[in-house]
Formats: sequence, structure tokens, C-alpha cells
Amino acid sequence: MFSKIMVPVDLGHADKLGKALGVASQMARNSGAEVVYVGVTGSAPTRVAHTPEDYAAKLDAFAAEQAETGGHAAAGHAMVSHDPATDLDASLAKAAEETGADLVVMATHVPGAFDAFGPNHGGALARHSKISVFLVRGA
Amino acid sequence: MADTSTDQGIPAPEGAHDLIETDYEIGQDNIETQIGPLGLDIHNPVFFISGLSIIAFVAYALVAPGQAAEFFGWLRPMLTSNFDWFFMSAANIFVIFCLLLIVTPLGNVRLGGVDARPDYSYLGWFAMLFAAGMGIGLMFFGVLEPAYYFATPWGDEPLGTVRPFTEDGALIAGNVEEARRMALAATSYHWALHPWAIYAVVALALALFSYNKGLPLTIRSAFYPILGERVWGWWGHVIDILAVFATLFGLATSLGFGAQQANAGMEYIYGVPNTITVQVILIVAITIVALISVLRGLDGGVKRLSEINMGLALLLLIFVLFAAGAATILTEFVAGIGAYFREVVPLSMPFGREDDGYRQGWTAFYWAWWISWSPFVGMFIARVSRGRSVREFITCVLIIPSLVCVLWMAVFGGAAINDMVANPGTSAVIANVIETYSPELSLFAMLESLPLAAITSTLGIILVIVFFVTSSDSGSLVIDTITAGGKIDAPVPQRIFWCTFEGLVAIALLIGGGLGALQAMVISTGLPFTVVLLLICYAIVRGLMSERALLKSTPPASPAE
Repeated sequence: MFSKIMVPVDLGHADKLGKALGVASQMARNSGAEVVYVGVTGSAPTRVAHTPEDYAAKLDAFAAEQAETGGHAAAGHAMVSHDPATDLDASLAKAAEETGADLVVMATHVPGAFDAFGPNHGGALARHSKISVFLVRGA
Repeated sequence: MADTSTDQGIPAPEGAHDLIETDYEIGQDNIETQIGPLGLDIHNPVFFISGLSIIAFVAYALVAPGQAAEFFGWLRPMLTSNFDWFFMSAANIFVIFCLLLIVTPLGNVRLGGVDARPDYSYLGWFAMLFAAGMGIGLMFFGVLEPAYYFATPWGDEPLGTVRPFTEDGALIAGNVEEARRMALAATSYHWALHPWAIYAVVALALALFSYNKGLPLTIRSAFYPILGERVWGWWGHVIDILAVFATLFGLATSLGFGAQQANAGMEYIYGVPNTITVQVILIVAITIVALISVLRGLDGGVKRLSEINMGLALLLLIFVLFAAGAATILTEFVAGIGAYFREVVPLSMPFGREDDGYRQGWTAFYWAWWISWSPFVGMFIARVSRGRSVREFITCVLIIPSLVCVLWMAVFGGAAINDMVANPGTSAVIANVIETYSPELSLFAMLESLPLAAITSTLGIILVIVFFVTSSDSGSLVIDTITAGGKIDAPVPQRIFWCTFEGLVAIALLIGGGLGALQAMVISTGLPFTVVLLLICYAIVRGLMSERALLKSTPPASPAE
């Protein structure tokens, strides 16, 4: 049904994304699709990575891990933003185009401070996106 | 990079980094919580202590205004009169340090690692660092300072130069050229290499330790080579809190004074009443625009506004240039640069001078002021400078802004001096700078001597306001990053908080009095920060040398290292 599934992830809170990751993996297996994990980072060091290159490497490693446990093809796609707190919606929309995904599976309501994947971001992506967006509530 | 390098070999594969090994995890001291719909991610204790102590100081200034004014009114001039030699020597060291970095191999190091690409184009980058760094000062002092030095009757002549007017205001034609030359050189001295070197030192340290060494983007990181792991404890907390403190009070007090200046201009031109109410409305309006800017983010808000700002400033500059006679003023510019280079050494001599009024009253004041602003401007410059080589960075942060400032001063100051010389009896500049000292009107008085004054003065008021917005929004970003422990992706409500808080502090001080006292306090922080900056120079050399070693450590093909 789908050939490429984009899953936005916050590597800092990956533990809280379980349900969305599971949904994405299951759908990927069912339709033989590839999952692209998209992460948005700034250029300053973060808890996750010291540099954007470092971040991209960690995202790739995360994708490889998901591929193994989920049994589907996977890749990482890192987006570097000057101001990740405000540019997240735009970065995700751009990532959807760049990756050529035909479905987005996205967690909402990640508890905690990084409100990156709060309902606003999922909602904003769904509102402007040409492709299907599946918002997965709760962890 | 690879094909231009000659003797340094090819950088190690995968863009090698020499990260500082530390157990500190970025954000480990942060409190992440959810209050209603708002997420929070703030550094404990930096956020709370800086917020609460700012409230405490505002309360102090409001409750005991006389005492605060008296104390800080005494402290600030005491520091600039007694430590003028220290400020001046330190500023000279920063300039020499930066110039050396350009010519030594350390300049090859690239911020963000060998493979890093610049985040911004030259234009956007330059507009941002300029708008944050000194924009508003150019509006306030562009006319005031040259006009003041040219005709000061109070004995503040730079290097004790000649006076172009007699006691009763008659022109002494023979002295005009020399006085004009010295006025422009002495002004440029305060706005060219020295202030930008101060900013460059702070910015370079932050960019280096953050982008190349992997430490969080916050002031304390620059101290890692000196304090080691202690920067993550109270040493670091104090450094960050001081930086937040100086930035917020510096912005809030300037915002208060800026509202007064804009209001004075509006009264002068349109007869708008000069009242606290109008000024509060101005602060609210500036804060709202700044809020929109920070909500739109660095690219969509801050950068765009800085570019608009640059465009408007350029428009005003070109207008004054042509209205006041382009040929003469450009000659002035060339002459101004010549005068600057000829006089910069005598002007920056910290010892053996007798021009106390100029050296202590103006130069030392400026140096303390630039230094107290340096955590804010330096951090903002660092934020937008990833991907530049150190040489490129210093050239663009030091040399180009210096040239722009010299040009600005030559055009605005030159036009003002022309008016003073042409109409010694009727000049509005003389009336508002010399006869009654009204610095906030100096720009408008000069514009009055040129055609289309109503339009250009309106443009002037708009520029004053926009320059405040561009300082206010970048300042809020900086404070938010520091109080989030170096995170640039902290939740947006936190920037809204700081931006609003800054406006509220300005309004409280404007209504209750205390703007002057707290601004004097901020400038007083320049003295301890000067010591800090000298230490930072050492940290930079340490950091750059390890990066340079990394550049040179290449495969066996190059036997040199």
C-alpha cells in the first residue's frame, strides 16, 4: 500500500516513541515498505550529539537498529536547522519532500519539555502535506 | 578547503574532531516539565537565580531609587576614572590578538570542524552581527560624538586638539580642518577595531568550544581550559548568571532610554507629547514586534528583520551622503580612514596623557560598555558563525564592520560638522549638542540641516525602533539559550518569557526611575568582565592550537608533523 514511510523521531526522547515506531514497523512489514527516520537538529551541540555529522551517524545507527528489530528496510535522514525550536514544521515538511515518502507516521503528545512532536507539529504537517499522515497518540 | 591547502595536508577523513572529553551531558542539570500546555526545559539553578535576582534588583531600584542612583552613579565614573588604563590596555591587547590570529596559521582552523559549511550567506550573517552588535549606538552617537569632539567647550578635546570656535562662538577658520580630522578619528576609534575585537574574542571562544569542542553553547564553556570540570558547577553557574544579568539589564535599560529617544524625536518633529505614557506604548510596541520575531525564529524573524534594518540604514546613509555633498563626504571618508590610522596609536595609548575628559569620560566608558555587552553580542555572533574559518571570521567581524562604522561616522559626523561650520550662529546641531546638551536630538538636528527633513527624520525614528527590535529579539534568544544550559531547541514559550520580561523590566524602571542607576550597574560589570576576557584569550589559543594540531596531523605523506 505504501512504499516509503517517514517517521519523525526525537532522538533525545526515543524511548517515548514506542507506539509510533511499532505502528510504522508493522505497516512497513505489511506493505514491504522502507522506513525513513527523520530527525531535526541544530548546529550547536546537544545532549544527543556534539555535531550535526555526529547526529546523522546516530540517526543512521538508530535506523539500523529499528530495521533489525522490526524486520524491514530502514534509513536515517537528518535535517539541520538554524533554529530547531521554531523551524520544526518547515523542516519536517521539507523532509517529507526530500525523502519522497508516501506516508508519515508520527507520535504526538510526547511528554516532557521538547514539545517538538506535540499535536501542533503533527497537525501542522497533516494540514499542509499532500501525503497521508498518521498521528499516533500516546506512547 | 582541501584543494586550497598546501603545506597542511589533507584533513583526516570523516572530518576529524578533537572534542573535549567531559562527563557532563548537555542538559543534565535541566528541569524538564510540563505546566499545562507549556513545555519547559530550563537550567537549574541558572534560570531561577537570574530571574529572581533581576526582580530583586528592579525592586531595589524602585524602592530606594535615591540610594541606587547615588551608589551606581558613584561607582561607574569611579571605575572608568581609576581603571581607564586597564580598560585601554586590555582593549589594545584584544585588537592585537585578533590581528595576530588573522596572520598566523591558527587562522586556518574552521569553526565547526574541517568540513563545516557556513550556515549563512555573507549578507545575512553580516546584517545580523551588525544589527545585534551596535546598530542603535550608530543612531544615537553618529552625530553626537563627532559634533561634540569638534566643538566641545568643556575641555573634552581628544588628545587636547585645537578648538575651532572662540569663547563667544566665532569660527576660527584655521583650526577647522585639524579639529574635524581629530573629531572623526576620535569617534572612529570608539567604533572600529576595538569594540569589534572585544566582540570577536567572546564570539570566537564560544564558537570554538561549542562547535569544535562539543561543549554546550553557553558562556561557561569558554572557561573549560581554565577551570576544567568546575565549569559545570557553581563557577559556571555564576558566570552564566552574570552574563544573563548583564544582557537583560543592558537590553532593558537601553530599551527604556531608546523609548525616550524615539519619543524626544517624535516631539521634536511632530509635536507628539513627551510623556511616560507614550514611552510605555513604544516599549510595548517594540516588545510585541520582537516577540513576533523570536516566534518566527532565527531565519524567519531575526535574520529578516536585520536585513530590513540594514536596508533602511543604508538608505539613510546614502541620502545623507548625497544631500550633504557626496564628493566632500567621500573625501572625508578617505581622510577619516587616514586620520584613524594615524591617530589610533596615540589615541589608544593608556599612559602619559592629559585629555582626562576624553580618555576617562568617553573612551573608558565605551570600553566598559562594549565589554559588558560582549557576552550577549559574542554569543549571538557565535550562534550564526558556524562554518567560517577563524581568519574569515575575524576579518568579517573585525575589519568590515570597522570600515562601515568609519564610513557611517564620516557621513553623519561630517554632515553635522559641515552644518556647524557653515552656520555657526544658527546651526541646530550646535544648539542641541553644545548650547543645550540634548544627545537624543542630535541626529534629528543634523537631518534638519538637510532637505526632506520630515521624511528622513521619520526614517530615523523608524530605524531607532527597528534597531531596538533587532537587539531585543537576538538578546532574548541568547538569554533563553544560556538559561536552558546551552540548548538551542528549548521550548518556544521560554523565549516569549524572556522577551516579555525584558519589556516589563524596562517599563518598571521607566515609570519608577532607576534606568540610569541600573545602566551604570551594567557598565560597572565591564571591569570584572575585562579580566574574564583576558583569560578567554588564553583559552582561545589553547583551543586553536589543539585544532591546528588536528589539521596538521595527516597521513604519513606529510613528514613535517
